Amino acid sequence: MVSGGVTKFAKAHPAMDFRLMVKKAYDQARAEIPNLTADRIDGSRVSYFSDHFSRQLKAASMVQDYLGLNPKGSVRIEWGGATGGECFQAAYEAIASGRMDVCLAAGYETMSRVATWKGNEFIALASDTNFDFPLGGFYTGYYALMVMRHIYEYLRLTKFAHVTNEREAQRLAIAEGQRIMAWVSVKNHLNATHNPYAQYPKRLTVKDVLSSEMISYPLMREQICTMSDGAATAILCTESVAKELTDRPVRVTGVGTGTDTMRLSDRPFGSVPLFPHEKAADYAHLPYPGVHSFRAGRTAGLEACRMAGVTDPIRQLDFIELHDAYASSEIQTYEDLGLCKYGEGYDFTLSGAPFLKNIDYGLPVPQAGKIPVNPSGGLIACGHPVGATGLMQAVFAFWQLQGTIRQHFGDSTLQIRNAKRGAIHSHAGTGSAVTVSILERGF
Amino acid sequence: MARPRTFQHFREVQEELGKTGAAIFRDANGVESLFIDSPYSIHYIHSYAEDSAFFLGLAEKKLLGSKCANPACGFVYATPRGHCMVCGRPTEWLELPRRGKVHSWTTCLFGSEAFLKETPYNLAMIEFEGAGSLFLARVKECVQSELYVGMPVEARFAPEPKYSITDVWFVPVR
Repeated sequence: MVSGGVTKFAKAHPAMDFRLMVKKAYDQARAEIPNLTADRIDGSRVSYFSDHFSRQLKAASMVQDYLGLNPKGSVRIEWGGATGGECFQAAYEAIASGRMDVCLAAGYETMSRVATWKGNEFIALASDTNFDFPLGGFYTGYYALMVMRHIYEYLRLTKFAHVTNEREAQRLAIAEGQRIMAWVSVKNHLNATHNPYAQYPKRLTVKDVLSSEMISYPLMREQICTMSDGAATAILCTESVAKELTDRPVRVTGVGTGTDTMRLSDRPFGSVPLFPHEKAADYAHLPYPGVHSFRAGRTAGLEACRMAGVTDPIRQLDFIELHDAYASSEIQTYEDLGLCKYGEGYDFTLSGAPFLKNIDYGLPVPQAGKIPVNPSGGLIACGHPVGATGLMQAVFAFWQLQGTIRQHFGDSTLQIRNAKRGAIHSHAGTGSAVTVSILERGF
Repeated sequence: MARPRTFQHFREVQEELGKTGAAIFRDANGVESLFIDSPYSIHYIHSYAEDSAFFLGLAEKKLLGSKCANPACGFVYATPRGHCMVCGRPTEWLELPRRGKVHSWTTCLFGSEAFLKETPYNLAMIEFEGAGSLFLARVKECVQSELYVGMPVEARFAPEPKYSITDVWFVPVR
């Protein structure tokens, strides 16, 4: 990767349609590598999630038109919430296969063009329309079902095992889960106050989060990402071309993908695919993934780590930008990516490990800086224009590894010192598809 | 013809479209963008295809799962599927017990536009004795504070079928 661009994510960009948003993110990426002339771009991969939002089919062709890239090859990428991450990997594959020397990955979503609850309906149509959608199709509801079981497995049966009254034990476990999820929300929103591209930067307390509106029990408004307009681009090329274009390239050293059943109902109760630092005995009694964990995330993480030679992610990665559409899924993803064992996600959050060291969150975070997660603010605070999101993560990770956060954010607070290797993680509906890509400083 | 009215808040644009069908948004830099109302509706010819027997079963107050026909496998699906996910062989229909337990649950206070008027509603993953997968359904006749993992529930069927998954729901076993 030799350059990237991103528009500010916003509730609405009324004066820009998808073509113009992508053009702005594209021009930003081009401006940073002026040696790249348009004739050297061999083609593009363009991502957006839903045709419903703009009621314009084959919109990716119009992006290609607007950028002036015809008649070069292009294809649209769509894979639910993981659309942006898949687009990044599609561009990677175009280069790695030798098909292209320079490939543009461009993604966007314009979600403001329908009312918020209609937008939720469009997203929920990415669930089984025979068995799931007609029951009250609502993605926050599906994630609530997942975290409720996660809380049961990992708080009710552990921290609250001593409580003999079953319903009281579950009530206490849910309250504890909500409190810990609020920590994630505080972290990501506060990180975003140093990121000018973020949609919802703010300083919140745990109490603020817990007093926000209940959306789908136990998930509250401040623990959930919102609808956004935005675009992001990444320019990938071969190693030899990269050297001509920039003295600060970033190498893509690992890519992984995984999938799981569309219906939560069909998720198996099997055994855990292990990272090298885990043992089968750790999970002897854990039915996996059930509805509490994302097997696709574990699968993608294992594949990407194996390819990049990462055996112990928490020691070998300097940061992660992961798909926190919900505060719950950030905690579940810590476990999927092997930052801690399954069942340790809540304690891992409270340890402060995923927090930044140089920010005062108003929380005791003794291990802050161990493995910063979502230093940019993540989806919860940056926004989630679906087709752009995974590419936005690539751009923020790219700037981290280049050491150019100050230049791009006008503030160096979020710059992780000496960051050499990071991961980006893109995730589709209830974990039905996940991508993980590992990026490393290439200079 | 009068020019559409101009607004500086996006929310007002949306409201105006509902009234007159056109509006202009003027941003902080004075850039104007024209918006129009663009309705869309469609009747799909939705086929339940290989899932059809399940939905016909609901009308007869039967909850059908499926069982892999391969004797060496025999996996039982609480949400039916025509072919086995484990071994790929065809499945056979199998009537599920009416009673199950809540595996996980939520109460939705918001929902998609189509379901907003039904809020709050409870969703639960139901587990059945002898089945290897779960079934998603609404749980009625109880409120959020009464729900818990492990709660025994029982199926109820719509007296007049709509041939939708909403023809079945669960209630607490009292």
